[in-house]
Amino acid sequence: MPFDQNTATPGDERPLLRVAGLARHYGDRIGCTDVSFDLWPGEVLGIVGESGSGKTTLLNTLSARLDPTAGRIEYQTRDGEVVDVYGLSEPRRRMLVRTEWGIVHQNPRDGLRMAVSAGANIGERLMALGARHYGGIRDQAIDWMGRVEIKEERVDDLPRTFSGGMQQRLQIARNLVTGPRLMFMDEPTGGLDVSVQARLLDLLRTLVGEMGLSVILVTHDLAVARLLAHRLMVMKDGRVVEHGLTDQVLDDPHHPYTQLLVSSVLQV
Amino acid sequence: MRPSDDTLAGYNFAYLDEQTKRMIRRAILKAVAIPGYQVPFAGREMPLPYGWGTGGIQVTASIIGPDDTLKVIDQGADDTTNAVSIRRFFATVADVATTEKTTEATVIQTRHRIPEKPLTEDQILVYQVPIPEPLRWMEARETETRKMHALEDYGVMHVKLYEDIAHLGRIATSYDYPVKVNGRYVMAPSPIPKFDNPKMDRMPALQLFGAGREKRIYAVPPYTRVDSLDFEDHPFEVQTWDHACALCGSTESYLDEVVIDDQGGRMYVCSDTDFCGDRQAAQAQEAAE
Repeated sequence: MPFDQNTATPGDERPLLRVAGLARHYGDRIGCTDVSFDLWPGEVLGIVGESGSGKTTLLNTLSARLDPTAGRIEYQTRDGEVVDVYGLSEPRRRMLVRTEWGIVHQNPRDGLRMAVSAGANIGERLMALGARHYGGIRDQAIDWMGRVEIKEERVDDLPRTFSGGMQQRLQIARNLVTGPRLMFMDEPTGGLDVSVQARLLDLLRTLVGEMGLSVILVTHDLAVARLLAHRLMVMKDGRVVEHGLTDQVLDDPHHPYTQLLVSSVLQV
Repeated sequence: MRPSDDTLAGYNFAYLDEQTKRMIRRAILKAVAIPGYQVPFAGREMPLPYGWGTGGIQVTASIIGPDDTLKVIDQGADDTTNAVSIRRFFATVADVATTEKTTEATVIQTRHRIPEKPLTEDQILVYQVPIPEPLRWMEARETETRKMHALEDYGVMHVKLYEDIAHLGRIATSYDYPVKVNGRYVMAPSPIPKFDNPKMDRMPALQLFGAGREKRIYAVPPYTRVDSLDFEDHPFEVQTWDHACALCGSTESYLDEVVIDDQGGRMYVCSDTDFCGDRQAAQAQEAAE
């Protein structure tokens, strides 16, 4: 991959995530292959492409949920230690995922416990990390519900009584409560109508800015990518065909596939 | 062990064949070595339906010897169907002495209670367990629950307790209340009332748990720490009653509520029949003197 930001960064700062030669094959078939990039603190990286292009495979492999066939992922933890994500023992990897990462699924049903209340959904990560004070956990849950614009009185309601947009916001709160540094999002606005999408995107932008989060965002919606992502990677048939700054990729696409993708967007 | 001439013709001592008993004993040894860990075992078909104590009965059959004295209780009582039939079963196939006295028994098989009288080092308590997996209600996948045990990933247990407090203002789980054994494994104590949970903590007797349908054995060795899960601001509590036992007047035992007529009349009596009977006998003797 020709893309390298290393020269552009001052001092001894290291990328948060460094991915080299990552591949995931399904037997003879390619899920994704030869993916390399660096992600810097506070940066939002968009991965775009049509369905079946390997976006979700890549995201799952990056977020330690799908073992890679080849390649390596290095992550710099809060304490400054650089770890090989798939070289860690499973308990440490789970701990890392739970304390430093967050994963927002496209379908809230995959990311929430639908049979327990909103408060318990937000509190689960805290309890997993050893929080044992009911009042404290509840206060934090209510605080986070406020921050994602869900009314406090819904704290004891089940997520299945929530609208799609609220479920998605709850999922985000559940991830952010432990103050992660890196979020993986798979089509966070998929299946929502446009006005709800806009509110959610607004919220995401605010939170990302406030918390200095790094985000890897998978989407097929170029408008979402333009609004949120600083940089874009365009995928086709499991390979990265183009990447660069978002505006550059969308306004001046070089690869024929990117050109097709950009020109396919309906202009309103 | 030689086949006994005294027991039922055609059956080995204590019903199970010796190979099976060895297999179960190996599982028990492993369970004792790793307190609270669920050891899979090749559970056999027993001559009673699943849910009636097939796990407990296999554990008892594997540890019982001709010199043992067996007591069987069901919800604390010695005279209920399940208790009577299992006691008779072992009297027939193992020819062991049986008793209703907690103090005289060397092996006590129980369904859903721990006797009120403290147990000793010379006794073994065998629990019948319907659902051995405490994480089952939060996580349906067995592959995942095993991994959670292995990685000590127990956050979801508190999610369940949180839900109780959020909806009911207190931890409403009143039986099968989850415990942590020896500071490591979260364990289902079988459906004993949480009233009995404190008795498990550092109990001098060996506690064995057998789940026949799920084919799991687990154990709490003598004098092992057993903590009930709770929150700092909602500590673990046991049930209390406003009544004393209507028969023996005990205020310290676990009471059953019994409806006695169709006018709403009810009485509260000890669930542990042996404990209650002993107290009544002592009171009668005192009155006579």
